[in-house]
Amino acid sequence: MKPVLPLHGVMAEFDNPTEFVAAIHAVKSAGYEGFDAYSPMPIEEAAEAMGLHGNKLPLMVLCGGIAGFCCGYALAYWTGVINYPLNIGGRPLHSWPAYIPVLFECTVLFAALTAVFGMLGLNGLPKHYHPVFNVERFALASRSRFFVCIEATDPKFDLEDTKRFLQSLTTVEVSEVQP
Amino acid sequence: MAESKFHASDFELAPDHVLRRWRLPALAIGCLALAASLVGANTSPTQFYQAWLVAFLYWLGLALGSTAILVLQHITGGRWGATIRRPLEAAAATVPLMALFFLPIVIGLPILYEWARPDVVAHDHILQQKLFYLNKPFFLARAAVYFVIWSVISRQLVSWSTEQDVNGECMKRARRVEFFSRAGMMLYVLTITFAAIDWGMSLTPHWYSHIYGLVFGIGQVLTAMTLMIMVTAMTADRRPMSLVATPERFHDLGKLLFAFVMVWGYFNLSQFLIVWSANLPDEVPWYLDRTTGGWQVLMIVLLIVHFFVPFGLLLSRSFKRNPRTLVRVAALLLLARYLDLYWWITPAFYPGHFTIHPLHAATLIGIGGVWTWAFLTNLARRPLLAFNDPMIALELEKA
Repeated sequence: MKPVLPLHGVMAEFDNPTEFVAAIHAVKSAGYEGFDAYSPMPIEEAAEAMGLHGNKLPLMVLCGGIAGFCCGYALAYWTGVINYPLNIGGRPLHSWPAYIPVLFECTVLFAALTAVFGMLGLNGLPKHYHPVFNVERFALASRSRFFVCIEATDPKFDLEDTKRFLQSLTTVEVSEVQP
Repeated sequence: MAESKFHASDFELAPDHVLRRWRLPALAIGCLALAASLVGANTSPTQFYQAWLVAFLYWLGLALGSTAILVLQHITGGRWGATIRRPLEAAAATVPLMALFFLPIVIGLPILYEWARPDVVAHDHILQQKLFYLNKPFFLARAAVYFVIWSVISRQLVSWSTEQDVNGECMKRARRVEFFSRAGMMLYVLTITFAAIDWGMSLTPHWYSHIYGLVFGIGQVLTAMTLMIMVTAMTADRRPMSLVATPERFHDLGKLLFAFVMVWGYFNLSQFLIVWSANLPDEVPWYLDRTTGGWQVLMIVLLIVHFFVPFGLLLSRSFKRNPRTLVRVAALLLLARYLDLYWWITPAFYPGHFTIHPLHAATLIGIGGVWTWAFLTNLARRPLLAFNDPMIALELEKA
């Protein structure tokens, strides 16, 4: 026998970005926390409505950059002053202006790597399975349609209530998302 | 289309707008300061010409930097460019006025430039070798060519833009504008390089730097961008400007400002690092003159207010999206631009010995007052938005 898994959530479909953004605002103000929105193109207002801009990634990138700066400095200092001191044109061994290109490169490298891997870490990609794809029409999320999915893990989630709530927001379709 | 919702008159600077009211006070202050400068020129002509050169280059930066950004946004497109096009055009149209302000430099040529003094050249073998380029008639002819090229670029783009207001968008003209702008961009980079060599680098005629012109160019573009941000923020409080000058646009302008600050730092560092690494006796004096006798204090201030503070603040996304905060960093940079030019030019006259003269303030305010009047008059004369631009029309339609 197949084990019975709880429902993943309820999903509403929208055919235009205006209703979509309005729906996100409505879901948010109705008190739902565990929800996600899907759109075929980046919509600044949608990200704003979901409050996505306050995430930790910029801070992580900043820390990555600072770490890169420190590592670069340590590398340049260790090679130039401690491990292999070399008199170049009578300059002091600790000639920081010569470090600047290295420091810049290391800062950018560490910051960029932090941005890529931090992004993957935070959004959980790559993922080999996600229940939202059980809704057949969800394939349109990469073409022309917009989706909002309220997940069953949300404390406010109630199958009938949430379904009715989403139906009041959209003119297209509301469907249950199988696990 | 936009016409259905708005009339051309909706886009004009409101009659009671502060920018409109500033015109005559600016002109009055400018004329007073110019009169004071001329009085000062009688008693201390050397200081007058030295101060005039810095002030001239500073205000030229606003006019020419705007021309450069205007050309750039015609090539790249984008909503940010369409949003600030009219202030850009208003500033670019002041290029002929700057040609007028160049005249004192022509008069003070032998006082400013040692290659223009025959008694100095007679005892200087290197200057004799450079005489084929650094001589008075050729210098003046080059200056004339620069001003003609810059005036033609700005005049032509302004007139096409005005045509668009009257006749609407036209593919043929749009293509011509883009082609003209590509040529204009190449001409700008070439002419600003030569102009910077003529007017700035030849103050120390034994010294040379290949990136000198580009440092000047990016400085001008940066100066112009700070002004554009301030003007956009000041006009964004009313419809229909408020429909177009959204946080997204300020974000764009802030990002560009951020990029220009970094390019400025990058060009400066490139020059410094090469001179520092080579450590050659004919190159290092330029930096020694500017890092001793008090000049090093100005250099450190510059590093802080022209690079580290703007860099740190502009990293933040919300900072760039908020016109109020963005304007503050723009104002700081506008001030820093004068300090930068001061640090580049004035030590050529007073190597290793920090000097400042009241005439620096008088010339700065003098040229600035008249320039501001001309800029604001240009701005008030035409609609604040190029409302027939497809990008702008799209924004207005959405609203």
